[in-house]
Amino acid sequence: MLRLLSFALFLAIWWIAALFAGGAKLPSPPAVLQVMIAEASSGALFLHLGATLARVTLAFVLAMSLGSAIGYLMGRVKLADRLGDPWLILLLNLPALVVIVLAYIWAGLTEAAAIAAIAINKLPTAIVTLREGARALDRSLDEMASVFAMPRWRAFRHVVLPQLAPYIAASARSGLSLVWKIVLVAELLGRPNGVGFEIGVAFQLFDTPRLLAYSLTFAAVVLVIETVLVQPFEARANRWRPRAA
Amino acid sequence: MRLEVEIKGKTFRSAAGGMHEVLAPVQFALQSGEVGVLIGPSGCGKSTMLRIILGLDHDFAGHVARPPEARIGMVFQEPRLLPWRSVEQNVRLAAPDITDARLSELFKILELDAHRSHFPGELSLGLARRVALARAFAVEPDILVLDEPLASLDDALAGRLRDEIATLVASRPVMTLLVTHSLDDAVRLGDRLFFLSPRPARIVAEVPIDVPRDTRGEAEIAAIKAGLAQRTQGDRVERDIS
Repeated sequence: MLRLLSFALFLAIWWIAALFAGGAKLPSPPAVLQVMIAEASSGALFLHLGATLARVTLAFVLAMSLGSAIGYLMGRVKLADRLGDPWLILLLNLPALVVIVLAYIWAGLTEAAAIAAIAINKLPTAIVTLREGARALDRSLDEMASVFAMPRWRAFRHVVLPQLAPYIAASARSGLSLVWKIVLVAELLGRPNGVGFEIGVAFQLFDTPRLLAYSLTFAAVVLVIETVLVQPFEARANRWRPRAA
Repeated sequence: MRLEVEIKGKTFRSAAGGMHEVLAPVQFALQSGEVGVLIGPSGCGKSTMLRIILGLDHDFAGHVARPPEARIGMVFQEPRLLPWRSVEQNVRLAAPDITDARLSELFKILELDAHRSHFPGELSLGLARRVALARAFAVEPDILVLDEPLASLDDALAGRLRDEIATLVASRPVMTLLVTHSLDDAVRLGDRLFFLSPRPARIVAEVPIDVPRDTRGEAEIAAIKAGLAQRTQGDRVERDIS
């Protein structure tokens, strides 16, 4: 209820600002909605949104699985940590734009280049978060599993993984927001479809209603994914914790 | 089945770089069906010794012969339950082969019936200790290791749990190693008592108790304690464990 109220307030502020700024700079909510409906009925909205979502999913899954595995290894094995650390610092501080441009130069304006570039941008933060998680693992529970001769997979599944779950959730949440931002840049620079491409076109034509129509639909999709996927996962992973007051 | 412990020594390097001797040479053996009690002052190296015996610590001089196929059941000083798994899951994860009937029986003996689906964070320390006991017994161990399982519990509860341990130990052939600083627990549960010196720990006296556990009444226990005090090393023993 409070969330709805908050959303209504947002719409109201937008509408009032639109009245002052004029339709060319900031179109009113109904004007944007009209564009949305037009784009949706022509199918273009879903095509571009679908292309972007597919890229996000692929890059996200790639970066999360690879990043979690490397991060876990670096947190548990000292040698891996020392070998990987300089690479990690380099990757962490490499600007997203550099990665994207280099990927397009080296691999051409291809889908693989775009997805790889997005994944590489997300990879180091996933590694850092999971490394912290692996470092914080409770050794006394490892000992317990070893004394009771738990097979490796069972120990990993029931002893290690639940301890990593909050770190995986944190990494997924921050990673998702990072990937959302970077995917649009990658599309703007070198893809013939997707929300980023459409925003580029709208920018060149100074077509603000179109720009807002695409970015707001995109934001709505992000919001839905957050509430339907990320938050329930976090709630489930934390259900054993005594509730905070 | 037989457990032979022959530790020649254990040193550990502190963060400051100094070498500290934790264990002096320690040698003892335990048979199936026996309850051995390691009794000594806190901080003397009992837990280090346990970690070596359990195979968690390989950095020591000496040798521990443990039957390789022996199943180990352990009650740690802190319960060490998985906070994200229910009481029942905690037991089943350690003992996946346990039958429903056996699990119900254990929960009944330890009065955990009402807590099967609770998470460890919802339990008192006394209850969590009982879950740890249930887990150790559920694996049907060949070697049962109890590291101060009754510490910081009130006398009534400690007494009840001690009786339960005695019942469970009697119900199957298992070699038990109990670590405690309570002479009372040692005398009530043990078959052989190993008195340890302060750090670096060595065995200062090995005392067998010949009266079978189930025939030890209050009178016998008082007599055994008196006998212990009278032994030549009695003074020293008393001082060491106080």
